Amino acid sequence: MIAEALLPPRVIVYEGAGATPLAATDRAGLFASLLDRGYAVTRAGAGAADLQAGGAMIVIGCFPDGPPAVSDTSGRCEVLVRDVTGLSVAETVAAVEEARGERRMNRPPEASTVANGPVANTAETWKPWFPVIDTARCTNCMQCLSFCLFDVYGVAGDQTLRVENPSNCKVNCPACSRVCPEVAIMFPKYHAGPIDGGPVAEADVHREKMKVDISALLGGDIYAKLRERSADAKARFSKERSADQALAERRRCLTKLADAAQIPREVLDALPSPEEIQRRVEAAAARASAAKEAAGAAAVGRST
Amino acid sequence: MTEPQLQTETAARPADDATRIVYCRCAYAQVVPVAVKDAVLAGLAAAGRGFEMVPDLCEMAARRDPHLAELARGDRPLRIVACWPRAVQGLFTLADAPLPKQGVEILNMRTDTAETVLAGVLAAPEGAGS
Ligand code: SF4
Ligand code: SF4
Repeated sequence: MIAEALLPPRVIVYEGAGATPLAATDRAGLFASLLDRGYAVTRAGAGAADLQAGGAMIVIGCFPDGPPAVSDTSGRCEVLVRDVTGLSVAETVAAVEEARGERRMNRPPEASTVANGPVANTAETWKPWFPVIDTARCTNCMQCLSFCLFDVYGVAGDQTLRVENPSNCKVNCPACSRVCPEVAIMFPKYHAGPIDGGPVAEADVHREKMKVDISALLGGDIYAKLRERSADAKARFSKERSADQALAERRRCLTKLADAAQIPREVLDALPSPEEIQRRVEAAAARASAAKEAAGAAAVGRST
Repeated sequence: MTEPQLQTETAARPADDATRIVYCRCAYAQVVPVAVKDAVLAGLAAAGRGFEMVPDLCEMAARRDPHLAELARGDRPLRIVACWPRAVQGLFTLADAPLPKQGVEILNMRTDTAETVLAGVLAAPEGAGS
């Protein structure tokens, strides 16, 4: 889960008055190394750098007369200065890490981990995977809110759909984008359009609708089907001793569903009990219908 | 010696920094081709002007990072180098910092070449003359 309150330190690479420029060959490599470790970076050049609202700023540069005394007089953030004269890119990154000290931050995974497949949803390498709404397409029908079991969606004060808890989303699962009749749900880190945010063609609208129909073929309500399959499996599993066998059976039962809705197998394996699914579906449906009623009442109020 | 000019947003800025440039590294996943994002970063680094870099706009939006609201304030023209404009706009909205309708350009490293992106991001603003 993402550590939502953590504001990563911003590194200001200062090359303006009072500093000598970094070696041109090192500059891009340094920027990339810092970004790939999760730091926000500003190249201040000859101009000014905005102070960030809170958190820490680490100013680095080559200061021939020694590091200057810099402070944020507004007291909004902590400013640390490091002279990196003569340091290599790796040594400069190490100096920034040392300046960061114990301050916690989210971290992108190491490149080698990415190459080896999906990243675990752990405290410091959470892959930012969550639905993003195209508000120009969304009609606030609340089907996605009713569909999601993990409270990712909520309702804003103006009764429109809101992605309330992005980090509750199951990494690499784009299932809710399949239930949206307007192709309004994007996952920017998905591998293909239009779910990745690419342009939506008329054909995509029909294709996405077809996918909803596939879920309808599976039983009208994908979760009803899940519950049914899960209950069947439970009855069978109760006669079995082996947890491994039970898991294998559950996997087999859910394969068709996973393929139809492109739900990762791990997500289906991790679903709560049928009773809990039932409870969550009912709660989400109640929220969705309350939001729609409130929006309808507001629209009537405006027209009278 | 002259002190570095770390100033608040009310301070005057030199003309070359009038347009704010934000580069997204997409560091938590590899949906932007590495060769394109590296070449764009190298081009920006060599351009001799100030710009901002963020590790991952998606991650910032999920945290509702206050810096996104600051970027979306609309007091200066803004060029964002990231991916699909629809996705980037949606991310700012999700973070309760919707981008203004005017004065924002989004360049797409997912589909365009590094040359095209750099030409767009470093072009003189409209009406600036050449
Ligand atoms: S299902 Fe689609 S159109 Fe309906 S509320 Fe969700 S995003 Fe909006
Ligand atoms: S906005 Fe686009 S380029 Fe940036 S992190 Fe998200 S998916 Fe990657």
